[in-house]
Amino acid sequence: MMANDKPKYAKPLPRVDEESKGFWEACQRHELYLQRCRDCGALRYYPRALCPSCLSDRTEWLRASGQGTVYTFTITHQNQSPGFRDALPYVMAYVELAEGVRMLTNIVGCGPDDVRIGMPVEVVFEDVTPTVTLPKFRPAASSYREVRRPGMP
Amino acid sequence: MSALSRAVIAGVYEHPTRWAPDKTQYQICAESARGALQDAGLSIGDVDGFLTAGVGPIGIMTLAEHLNLKPRFHDGTNIGGSSFVAHVLHAAAAIAAGLCEVALIVYGSTASSDRFAVGTGGLNTGDPADQFESPFGPTVLNAYALCAQRHMYEFGTSAEQLAEIAVTIRRHAGLNPLAKFRDPITVDDVLASRVVSSPLHLLDCCIISDGGGAVVVTSAERAGDLPKRPVRILGGAESLCHTNMGNRDLTDMAAKESGPRALAMAGLTHADVDMCMIYDSFTITVLLTLENLGFCAKGEGGAFVQGGRLGLGGALPINTDGGGLSSNHPGMRGIFLVIEAVKQLRGECGARQVGDCEVALCHGTGGMLGLRHSGVTMLLGRG
Repeated sequence: MMANDKPKYAKPLPRVDEESKGFWEACQRHELYLQRCRDCGALRYYPRALCPSCLSDRTEWLRASGQGTVYTFTITHQNQSPGFRDALPYVMAYVELAEGVRMLTNIVGCGPDDVRIGMPVEVVFEDVTPTVTLPKFRPAASSYREVRRPGMP
Repeated sequence: MSALSRAVIAGVYEHPTRWAPDKTQYQICAESARGALQDAGLSIGDVDGFLTAGVGPIGIMTLAEHLNLKPRFHDGTNIGGSSFVAHVLHAAAAIAAGLCEVALIVYGSTASSDRFAVGTGGLNTGDPADQFESPFGPTVLNAYALCAQRHMYEFGTSAEQLAEIAVTIRRHAGLNPLAKFRDPITVDDVLASRVVSSPLHLLDCCIISDGGGAVVVTSAERAGDLPKRPVRILGGAESLCHTNMGNRDLTDMAAKESGPRALAMAGLTHADVDMCMIYDSFTITVLLTLENLGFCAKGEGGAFVQGGRLGLGGALPINTDGGGLSSNHPGMRGIFLVIEAVKQLRGECGARQVGDCEVALCHGTGGMLGLRHSGVTMLLGRG
């Protein structure tokens, strides 16, 4: 198929910068990386050059397991912006990674109504353009199960 | 007594328009300035401090030009809808420090007639954090929905409880002749309205209108010569809340920091507050704000907002003007929190007047709750 035949990807693309390119390059290799400060040990997401806890620029890139749970989510039925208005509804979520940080993402690979808070998920990489890959999450293959809501405290 | 109490609010004006295709944003600002200065018994020539937000990145200069102002103190702080509550605090601090004597705070917007999709237009700011957000479809609205979903999960908060907030505030709008939506609604109406981003229904969301307003802050000495009884600024505090390196608790708000600090500065407790003006971008914003300000314990907001507590005649009436949920929301509504609180403290609210109103609390929330937001709490007292 000619490149021109493909519908143009219309959703916003990450504006990759000097501080973030390591993260996005890893995504292109289908690897998820976080940063940890070599001086104070603080883990951080999103990536940036200096550790906000101690302002050290000694940074270690840490390969994340790609496993996590849904911390919260919303099924969005209205978004007038280009790309998304043709892709409704979609699930936007914070996933809490096994390493502890929470990242904004989409839940894919299941119906929107099947998403639950606490559901185990795993990273899946979507190559949306030849140069951009987005980390999204799908129900974890190994441990997919219905998660019960806790009762009132 | 805090240094802020050297300043008072001498004049307020809420622009009556909700739909102004025949006006510019700048004209609404100018008409609002005229109304507030008239209310204060002052003239445009008295203004030596100027504060605004929402008229573009360097809009304070173009708006000053439009009004031909040459202020010796100015502040264009833009932290979203809460900006104008912060402006009152900044104006009071500037007056206390002698930087100016008569500060004019102005807001105007034609969001509705410009067909600006404030809540559902998508976000794509180009900020460093944005590249980790905008590819996944955030809107202002769904960033609040994320918090609502988490609160429901952790604490069992129900859609019915959120809906009661919208129902109460609509009832108040029915008592405000200027409010855009005045017909009563029921909890069932809210639940039957379409889901915009789960768990928020259309009637859980603020409306979009045109509108504007202005507030005049001056020194307590200067106010002594003015016609209306001034409203005292008892205390205030600000806070910012963001993703916190990936460790944000989505049921925590900036209000958790600013609320206790503002009350402590004012030397007041929750029991002293006669009414609240709570930024109501969405029903969940109100519930979370009341919790985070400490009016109830974390997780108990659902039960707290039930049973008529927040309605006129209840223990803690809120948003007596009909709020952003029903009266007006031109994109940044903080100035209306201040205007209605001042009118309540002056006893000018007619059918929607809170009896014997001595202390009012305003809390503005600006930004996108589940991503990053600002909180400004201010306590005002009857003069």
